[in-house]
Amino acid sequence: MALFDAILELADDHLVLGHRLSEWCGHAPMLEEDLAMPNMALDLIGTARTLYDHAGKLEGAGRDEDALAYTRGEREYRNLLLVERPNEDFAHTMLRQLYFAAFMEPYWQACLDHEDEVVRGVAGKAIKEMAYHIRHAGEWVIRLGDGTEESARRMREAVDALHLYTGELFEEGAAEGVLPARAAMRPVWEDTVGRIFAEAGLDMPEGAIALSGGRRGEHGEGLGHLLAEMQSLHRAHIGATW
Amino acid sequence: MAETPLWEVFIRPRNGLSHKHVGSIHAADEVLAVQAARDVYTRRGEGTSIWVVRSADIVASDPDQAAENFEPTAGKVYRHPTFYEIPEEVGHM
Amino acid sequence: MYSQGLIGADSRTEETPEFLERFQARIDAEEKIEPNDAMPEGYRRTLVRQIGQHAHSEIVGMLPEGNWITRAPSLRRKAALLAKVQDEGGHGLYLYSAAETLGVSREQMTEELLSGKAKYSSIFNYPTLSWADIGIIGWLVDGAAIMNQIPLCRCSFGPYARAMIRVCKEESFHQRQGYEIVMTLARGTDAQREMVQDALNRWWWPSIMMFGPHDSDSQHSDQNMAWKIKRFSNDELRQKFIDATVPQAEYLGLTIPDPDLTWNEEKGGYDHGPIDWDEFWRVVKGHGPMARDRIKARRKAWDDGAWVREAALAHAEKRRARKQTMAAE
Repeated sequence: MALFDAILELADDHLVLGHRLSEWCGHAPMLEEDLAMPNMALDLIGTARTLYDHAGKLEGAGRDEDALAYTRGEREYRNLLLVERPNEDFAHTMLRQLYFAAFMEPYWQACLDHEDEVVRGVAGKAIKEMAYHIRHAGEWVIRLGDGTEESARRMREAVDALHLYTGELFEEGAAEGVLPARAAMRPVWEDTVGRIFAEAGLDMPEGAIALSGGRRGEHGEGLGHLLAEMQSLHRAHIGATW
Repeated sequence: MAETPLWEVFIRPRNGLSHKHVGSIHAADEVLAVQAARDVYTRRGEGTSIWVVRSADIVASDPDQAAENFEPTAGKVYRHPTFYEIPEEVGHM
Repeated sequence: MYSQGLIGADSRTEETPEFLERFQARIDAEEKIEPNDAMPEGYRRTLVRQIGQHAHSEIVGMLPEGNWITRAPSLRRKAALLAKVQDEGGHGLYLYSAAETLGVSREQMTEELLSGKAKYSSIFNYPTLSWADIGIIGWLVDGAAIMNQIPLCRCSFGPYARAMIRVCKEESFHQRQGYEIVMTLARGTDAQREMVQDALNRWWWPSIMMFGPHDSDSQHSDQNMAWKIKRFSNDELRQKFIDATVPQAEYLGLTIPDPDLTWNEEKGGYDHGPIDWDEFWRVVKGHGPMARDRIKARRKAWDDGAWVREAALAHAEKRRARKQTMAAE
């Protein structure tokens, strides 16, 4: 069951972040971004589906991807606090995306020689997706950080608000001994984010207290609302086929 | 406020073929333009390479000069292989 | 799409009878008109209006379906719906691009939408009240749109026709996606069947009205037919749509909410009951239940995004300046 728990954490990260991004659809700052954000959301939801499906099979209790996604409550969700943070504005959204992708890209690299075939398969596909997310979100962080006074202010506010949640990326959680060590990703992550921040004229905050709890099911208040919305229809018709 | 510039997008469907004009997008600079072109025009595996060009940088022939540009060529039938009569016995040429 | 520099050159065209006759002859010969070609002002105006309305419809159309992305009942449906709504945004983008070849910018068109000056398909001013609406919209609304759009792939204006070819290629996934949802619900639990019949009851008549007024009451029809901007009349397309859709509903055991609907052996098609044109005009004139909310949502997205667009432009300017300094050194 150790691998089940570890995969579930990753699946929850991907679904919750994909869901957050999908909230933008139809409301983006420009039409081009109305196409770009769903592309990223679809990558994330696609990965989540494969991971849930696999987790369900590992568990062997007859739970499929939808049972895992739609019938667990907020205390059972194991996602990072970072990914459940609300969209706020475009600066927050792009920074959140950068932080997550800058972690996942090297993490999937490390998963490439994992003993589990599905993990290897997901990794091979997701590396490229995460590389694009880093690029897309990174280019926007640079433009907003080094754009107008207002955009720079909003970007700094996003850094202040979200940096607190980045420490949790490197906590081992259920991955300990089952998936590659998360703490080992820190140098690459700092390098990726650092290069982008340098170009954006942003300072990397130092020594902040890292908030965590997501891996133990201790979330912010927002996740409950996200799940209430996401699961409402499914839960109103338990057993129905869609 | 200034308007975000318009770019023309050209996609190579697969290696071995030329880039072909597929449409346009708006973007503030060339990096965002390539990303937007990728996100808008290659969602169904339509391409392996992208070109973007500022629409304002395209120089086009003037439609008022279409006749003088393109009609004189019509008279030069001797440029086409079928103008020449070669007996069938000679074989394919 | 091409060479914006030359756009506007033809607006000086003098519309002599000879010019109009030559133009009509090109149309009659099925020659495509391209953006830089001389064209009558009326032709240009009609296209700007029609392509603009069409683009706005796609953009506003993202909202009613977007309303269910966060509540889609399975991950498979969630991904498909998100991809579909994203496609609508893409269609709007292709269409704005086609209109831009006629010398009107996307910003101008957006302002016209947000100020209420430009129209969009009034079907999107109805609310999506249940998940079944998502299925019904894909099946009926996209189905009706496809009926309208396929002939537009042969429209006389090149950029519009090319945009429509791309749109139609993508659109068929939408209708099948919708019908599959409807089918799943129709074969599901009692509650699901009730949900889908209710959605059909609400969306049937608005879908029928999507084809516009009867031919006898349609203002622009004749000239647009002559210019080959329009290729079939409203009533012809409506008839085709009804004939295609009724058997699809019967197949699922759903009831079309029109007690007068009967097969007419003689014409080889269905006769339908009277359309409530008062309702149609009320919604067209902006009194649909969701009209204000739709424009408000678009206005908010546009206004909230202004600082992002400004930042991108400001950054582009800085990059240009830096490049120039580097080149000068």
